[in-house]
Amino acid sequence: MNKVLIGVLAGLVLGALDGATAWFTPSARSAMASILVGSSIKGLLVGLVAGFYARKVNSTGKGVTLAAVIGLILAFVVAVMDAQAGEQHYLQIMLPGFITGAMIGFFTQRYGALAKQS
Amino acid sequence: MSYLPNRVVERLREVVDLPDLTGTRYRLEREIGRGGMGVVYEVFDAQLERRVALKVLAAPHADSAAAERLLAEARVAAQLEHPGVIPLYDAGTLPDGRVYYTMKLVAGSHLSDYVRAAAPLSGRLRVFQKLCDAVAFAHSRGVVHRDLKPANVMVGPFGEVLVVDWGIGVAGTPRYRAPEQASGGDRPVGPAADVFSLGAILRTLLPADAPRPLRAVADRAMAEDPAERYPDAGSLDREIGRFLDGRAVEAYRESTLERGVRFYRKNQPLLVLLLVYVVIRFVLFFWPRP
Repeated sequence: MNKVLIGVLAGLVLGALDGATAWFTPSARSAMASILVGSSIKGLLVGLVAGFYARKVNSTGKGVTLAAVIGLILAFVVAVMDAQAGEQHYLQIMLPGFITGAMIGFFTQRYGALAKQS
Repeated sequence: MSYLPNRVVERLREVVDLPDLTGTRYRLEREIGRGGMGVVYEVFDAQLERRVALKVLAAPHADSAAAERLLAEARVAAQLEHPGVIPLYDAGTLPDGRVYYTMKLVAGSHLSDYVRAAAPLSGRLRVFQKLCDAVAFAHSRGVVHRDLKPANVMVGPFGEVLVVDWGIGVAGTPRYRAPEQASGGDRPVGPAADVFSLGAILRTLLPADAPRPLRAVADRAMAEDPAERYPDAGSLDREIGRFLDGRAVEAYRESTLERGVRFYRKNQPLLVLLLVYVVIRFVLFFWPRP
């Protein structure tokens, strides 16, 4: 399995799990479906970038940092959209998004095969 | 009647032993190594303007049988085109009748010196893997080294590994020699003998407090019965790769605790991140909401 695919799968699964934790916030339960979809797409995007980066750069530290930063940026975008809808959950969305991104970065660096040289 | 002083006799002996390079493209620089039968000199190749290593039989051993063995060694090494096998450039006979061959001059150190320089364990194991790779390549070409030892392995300044002395060491070196080689009887000496020598080399690369799985790998490679060793150098290479990747090795049955410790070490960053995630979620759960 190549690193991009690892990134996409890890992003989808971890993103969905991260989104699922919103269930513990009673006010968010009514929007669980959209949170799950949005969080999965966020994870997928982080995994895609981290996967392509891992194909070029073999460094766990750099890969984890990059994915964490992208996770944080995307989580900030989601938090802004949430705030515009009237709810402010910056901390609740951005902190876990940052850590989830780091985990996706770790998976792409540690697992999966590099692209074949042509 | 007067006798020559000892130091003069010694000097004469040295001069007689020096190869006669008259009329060749090579100019003698210095001696860089001496084995049981051959001597290796650093020479300057005037035609290509570069320094190379020249191996020639030591004068006392320069009979026809030894000359044939040195040529056979050159032919064997010339067949093996691999980054881990020292490349040969030229072979022939010197004006003094001694057979020689020239090869790449390696600006590195012997494996034993490399180990003494306190290289980290992972670095030593990667060097060992390159050695296994070169030996596996030779085996795939039907060539068995028979005298693998740290003195026959050069490590370059960039970690490149070059195996030298192919073919002359039929008897092997006691500390690194397989039992079937030492007995000299009717037991066949095949690639398994090289696997034994690789195990002995691995043992010299390991520090006193080496992890148990690594010691078990060396023990299996050095099993008395060739059938109990790794089937080839490639298998030994892969076994070391498994250890370096944090996976279990075939030669060692680990306990549940050891398995857990290995899993933790391999996935330490991920486990730390998971813990941080859970703590953050836990804290955020009780965080005051607007």
